[in-house]
Amino acid sequence: MKCSEFLQELTNYLDGVIDDRTKVELEGHLSWCHNCYVVCDTTKKTIEIYRDSKLYELPDDLRTRLRSAIVSKCQGLKKPSSEKI
Amino acid sequence: MSTIQPKVSEPVSDELALVQAAKEGDVASFEELVKRYDRNVFRIAQHITQNREDAEDVVQDAFLKAYTNLKQFQGQSKFYTWLVRIAVNEALMKLRRRRPERTVSLDEDVKTEEDSLPREVADWSPNPEQQYNQAELREILTRTIQGLPASFRTVFVLRDVEGLSTEETADALELSIPAVKSRLLRARLQLRERLSRFFQKRGSADGKPTLEPGDGNQ
Repeated sequence: MKCSEFLQELTNYLDGVIDDRTKVELEGHLSWCHNCYVVCDTTKKTIEIYRDSKLYELPDDLRTRLRSAIVSKCQGLKKPSSEKI
Repeated sequence: MSTIQPKVSEPVSDELALVQAAKEGDVASFEELVKRYDRNVFRIAQHITQNREDAEDVVQDAFLKAYTNLKQFQGQSKFYTWLVRIAVNEALMKLRRRRPERTVSLDEDVKTEEDSLPREVADWSPNPEQQYNQAELREILTRTIQGLPASFRTVFVLRDVEGLSTEETADALELSIPAVKSRLLRARLQLRERLSRFFQKRGSADGKPTLEPGDGNQ
């Protein structure tokens, strides 16, 4: 497997949706290609750091305010219509 | 090397009942759906619009639009995926209004100069999160993701932050599965490369790099 082929498979590999044969080839490549190993490892860390970062949490007071506004506007409407989006 | 396990929240079994009751005009049932997903919609909206006020508007507009159009929801997809599609459209409209000069279409496959093989392949320090305090780290992550084109940012947020599957992301964004995979790969690689500036291993005497004004803007 070449580095460019590894890159094509990287997303499937990280997502665990890769067939067994390609996975063996990819892991074989990672065992000797340090650059690709680092790319794979740090891409995985990139995903984890964003996933765990809690960026843009909705503060409780804002949450309450938004919910009240939504509910009161919904109450002002009749039954949901069949109007097209 | 193990693979990423997405945080996928399974739909709660009573969800269709809540949707059905809301369709009949039961606002309390709809409020339950709002409580279930308002945090997610806010996060997605703020990632796309990059603006707190716009994100607040998007949360309200998306839920109201969902309520008004509930009859259009036929249950072929999860309610959440359907709601995300509405929220993404609302957020993109905000972004277009705010930045009419910039392309914010998700259909356009953006070519960037960072699309080739990664250039900087420096390994990261063992615990990159510990190099910076929480506020600094948040600033780095925010500015870094803001620098991505909207179409990459949106796919990354839905797949990797919100944990939607590739199929659900394609459904929510009305993109093909290969298009989602291509944008996701490029988004992940670009973020990785940009974060490497901050997290790569350094000599003991080196200071930490800091964000300069203008970082994060394309």
